[in-house]
Amino acid sequence: MIVYLFILLAVLAIGSALAMVINKNVVNSALFLVINMVSLAGIYLLLNAQFLAVIQILVYAGAIMVLFLFVIMLLNVEDEEKLFDKFRVKYFLAFILGAAVVGQIFYSIAGVTNMLPEISSNMAEIGTVEAAGDVLYTKYLLPFEMTAILLTAAVVGALMVAQYKIKKG
Amino acid sequence: MLEIDWFLGISAIMFSIGIIGVLIRRNAVVIFMCVELMLNAVNLTLVSFSSFHGNIDGQIFVFFALAVAAAEAVVGLAIIIAIFRNNLTVDVTEINLLRW
Repeated sequence: MIVYLFILLAVLAIGSALAMVINKNVVNSALFLVINMVSLAGIYLLLNAQFLAVIQILVYAGAIMVLFLFVIMLLNVEDEEKLFDKFRVKYFLAFILGAAVVGQIFYSIAGVTNMLPEISSNMAEIGTVEAAGDVLYTKYLLPFEMTAILLTAAVVGALMVAQYKIKKG
Repeated sequence: MLEIDWFLGISAIMFSIGIIGVLIRRNAVVIFMCVELMLNAVNLTLVSFSSFHGNIDGQIFVFFALAVAAAEAVVGLAIIIAIFRNNLTVDVTEINLLRW
């Protein structure tokens, strides 16, 4: 049962990632990316990481993708009409490079496949909000506070950059 | 039962799709979305190792990576808006401000 669920989510994630890359319309690409994020959250649930699954949907599928869609609507970008109309050397080279990267990673995974960890018995206990909060507010308190400063700096910087206008002449 | 190899496999495939997208697309917003896809693929690797080892540290790392990704998305999209206001395009082949 859990294996079939995994196969469904994996096919959904990879299919939507491919559809995002080859779609001409920018808004459709963004919506395919949302499907990808949600199926990744499902995969996190299969790994018993409930906290991260919820955070993934809230932050990625919720906040970041809404930001992307706002920017797309604001910029009023047109479709890429010329995508895949004719064969380009660039596409071929990009495909070769991607295949090389995936082959390299598979080769290195196959080399260490007998050293990879088996499924842990306490997998169900570590992914809960209690466990995550317990570590986050004791051992990782300083990085957590740093995150607040980082986000504030990012918001202020984004406002500054987006308002900036080069004077003509 | 689940094996960790499968999760690493999906992660590798998604990362490569992100690389191909960055290389072939010309719209800056779509290139940015492909970068987010690659970040997600790496996050999946971290979460699967964390769960299979039974150690929460990897998931906390993914939490911080999410926060950094949010900050990065905000700043990157602001830069794209600034470029659009000055050049009226987001096609990366026509943006040549830093090219000589």
